[in-house]
Amino acid sequence: MAVPKPNELLKIDHKPPKKWWMDTKPTFRPGTYSYPSKPKNIEILDMWNPREWSPTDEDWKLPEDWKERILEGFRDLLKKYRSLKVFMDICVRCGACADKCHFFIGSGDPKNMPVLRAELMRSVYRGEFTKAGQILGRWAGARELTYDVVKEWFYYFYQCTQCRRCSLFCPYGIDTAEIDLAGRHLLNLVGCNINWMMEPAANCYKVGNHIGIQPHSLKDMIDFFVEDIEDLTGVKIEVPFMKKGAEVLFVTPSGDFFADPGTYTFMGYLMLFHEIGLDYTMSYYAAEGGNFGFFTGTIENAKKLNAKIYAEAKRLGVKWILGGECGHMWRVVHQYMDTLTGPADFLEVPKSPITGTVFENARSTKMVHITEFTADLIKHGAIKLDPSRNAGIKATFHDSCNPSRGMGLFEEPRYVLKNVVPEFYDMPEDTIREKTFCCGSGSGLNNDEFMEMRMRGGLPRANAVKYVRDRYGVNTLSCVCAIDRAVLQPLVNYWVPGITVTGVHELVGNALVMKGEKKRTVNLRQEPIPGMEEEEGDV
Amino acid sequence: MRVVMPLFLVVGLALTAWVGWAIHLQGLFGVLVPYLAALIFVVGFCVKVVDWAKSAVPFKIPTTAGQQKSLPWIKHAKIESPFTTGQVILRMFFEVFFFRSLFRNVKGELRSGPSLIYGPTKWLWLSAIMFHYGFLMVILHHLRLATYPVPGPIALLDKIDAMFQIGAPPIYLSSLLLLIGVVALFLRRVLIPQVRYISLVNDYFPLFLIFGIVVSGMLMRYFVRTDIVAVKALVMGLVTFHPVVPEGIGAIFYIHLFLVCCLFAYFPFSKLMHMGGVFMSPTRNLPNNNRAVRHVNPWNPKVKLHTYEEWVEDYRDKLEEAGIPTD
Ligand code: SF4
Ligand code: SF4
Repeated sequence: MAVPKPNELLKIDHKPPKKWWMDTKPTFRPGTYSYPSKPKNIEILDMWNPREWSPTDEDWKLPEDWKERILEGFRDLLKKYRSLKVFMDICVRCGACADKCHFFIGSGDPKNMPVLRAELMRSVYRGEFTKAGQILGRWAGARELTYDVVKEWFYYFYQCTQCRRCSLFCPYGIDTAEIDLAGRHLLNLVGCNINWMMEPAANCYKVGNHIGIQPHSLKDMIDFFVEDIEDLTGVKIEVPFMKKGAEVLFVTPSGDFFADPGTYTFMGYLMLFHEIGLDYTMSYYAAEGGNFGFFTGTIENAKKLNAKIYAEAKRLGVKWILGGECGHMWRVVHQYMDTLTGPADFLEVPKSPITGTVFENARSTKMVHITEFTADLIKHGAIKLDPSRNAGIKATFHDSCNPSRGMGLFEEPRYVLKNVVPEFYDMPEDTIREKTFCCGSGSGLNNDEFMEMRMRGGLPRANAVKYVRDRYGVNTLSCVCAIDRAVLQPLVNYWVPGITVTGVHELVGNALVMKGEKKRTVNLRQEPIPGMEEEEGDV
Repeated sequence: MRVVMPLFLVVGLALTAWVGWAIHLQGLFGVLVPYLAALIFVVGFCVKVVDWAKSAVPFKIPTTAGQQKSLPWIKHAKIESPFTTGQVILRMFFEVFFFRSLFRNVKGELRSGPSLIYGPTKWLWLSAIMFHYGFLMVILHHLRLATYPVPGPIALLDKIDAMFQIGAPPIYLSSLLLLIGVVALFLRRVLIPQVRYISLVNDYFPLFLIFGIVVSGMLMRYFVRTDIVAVKALVMGLVTFHPVVPEGIGAIFYIHLFLVCCLFAYFPFSKLMHMGGVFMSPTRNLPNNNRAVRHVNPWNPKVKLHTYEEWVEDYRDKLEEAGIPTD
């Protein structure tokens, strides 16, 4: 469906309507909601109520006991998550979080204010679980769980990218993403989930990567990369897969294998590993670092996918694990993996075989972020870099939400970047690092049918890019996230044309001076490098 | 309606106390109700906190607001991204005493172009600071009435506070702060359209209640002379569990006291519990040392994994044909 033109989209009214929010209902307008999961994906993941249905239908074919199921699930979550329980009780509705959400900024819909998104659930908590709420009803901000409430939840809980920007500004750290995850879990219980989240999760579970490419086809794709790299550099590399006894298992989001521009980032990793002679392996079975199961809010799904990484590390007998550029993968690896699927006591504390650096911060989980690893290499002068091979590039860096507010990874990628590009400019302070704005497409919302909301939600990010483009002539937006690589390009094309989106290791790959390489005249994208054109030959 | 109703409610409460005074129920309003309110407050508060504590903390989910501790040469943001318990305590300290997160507040404005402009905004932070510190000082002042002899620090606070003297008897800086704070918080709630939209009765009610308490307190101090000796006798009686009901205390005191009792009794059932909850918020009170120190989930879920062996069975032919090892 066509997304309205930017100037149309910009007619945003941030004033709330006359009608109070308990009296309004969402309209399922194309462009603002994601399609429901196909039954087969629900079945593969062994979840609830698989069926064909559409959000625009009157009847959502919920199971007969939908209400009991949700309420029972809710009670269960309140016992399992102190976060949820405390957050249900202590919001003072100060509104500090209200204008922090990119979806509110870009849509003006009051229910996209994090506080109100949370109230959608909190009102039910009061109405169903507290005495005051049951007696006073609306006067206590309480309401009953009705069929319409389920529909409203579906609409707004799948309009949150779980970016946690709101939680940064809340005086009590109330994390609407945490509430959103709980809300999605409750929706799962009655079979209301979206396909773009469930299908990748099902594929990762069953096949090993999110598109569901079978192992032998994946092998062919890797062979292509090897050929491309040889064409570009004259260096023939090997990509070890399923190699028992390697020192390191490398896991990256599978988007890097098959979607431009992630593929260039993937080539960057391969070139780097070859150049430093890393003894590593990858796996077709655990070929996915990303974790769409996490987005479902049903933590079992996150575990089903994440556990494959340790299982494979154990089977292959590696010493530690290296992880590629991905946003939510790192939220899961950093904050969940060890708890969920550890302890990884069969692995060793990660130690760079090149520099000898011991990654103390990964002492227990045994998994290191690629930019931590590369930053250490650069600091020790272990690789030779020639930034002039990125000539013409003026780069900025998009901090992905998850590594920012769920990990604190800020300096490592910047350090790497500054060493491989000739010019680097940060976006305005209030839009980067911990205050970074979401791409608008995270948490399973990077589907085409949701495009209008994605462009709205991405407005604040795009606008900050526009600022550095207009001011410094920035033309490259780099990031360390596979979803970002896929979604930021359409976003900037829409709001700030003339910007190229790249991964950090794509730029590393360009700058990396390899032993025995030929003179490079084009970059990994086969585009001519300014100042390095072929000397002789064609005009 | 969401604004007017709680206002009526507070006026009604004040009237109740006045009627009680008029028909000589001083014993009820001066002794029984305060004891009851104190009991509800203490028990309610504890029950709530225990209730929270009973829920598990399955994952370590701090919201990181600064550079993680990673490579030794990268500067670690110790407070914003705490690695040790000591650093977490520092983070909590700044959060609880200086409202760190509110201080961070920025306001975005969408202008034509389009361009989104951001700038710091400190109004909410300032109102909140005035309100809470005013409140704290006022409570400390009141300890004067409940102690004998008055401890040195309280007496000192009295002196400092009264230094910013306006008129006589001196208007305490603290009550002024509290009054301005409560009015500012109320005004932003009704004047900012988004905040008005999200506000509930439960948000206005405590504001009116506290406003009523401050106003009745100030009236008593500056306009309607109250027998302070008798008041002290009553309060001392309460805290030493030898309650007495001295003669000659005016209605205004009973109104003040009753509103205070209502606030205390209401506290555990309301959002005012944020006072306890802020300490228990998992996004703030946990260290960002996730990959270094394992956190244990008491209910860690068991799941059925699609194992390597099952996977190999799914693709055996294709794997073998492509020369991918299957052992
Ligand atoms: S900032 Fe926190 S307390 Fe304030 S409205 Fe938002 S969630 Fe509630
Ligand atoms: S987590 Fe992000 S998307 Fe969700 S409500 Fe908060 S700011 Fe909005």
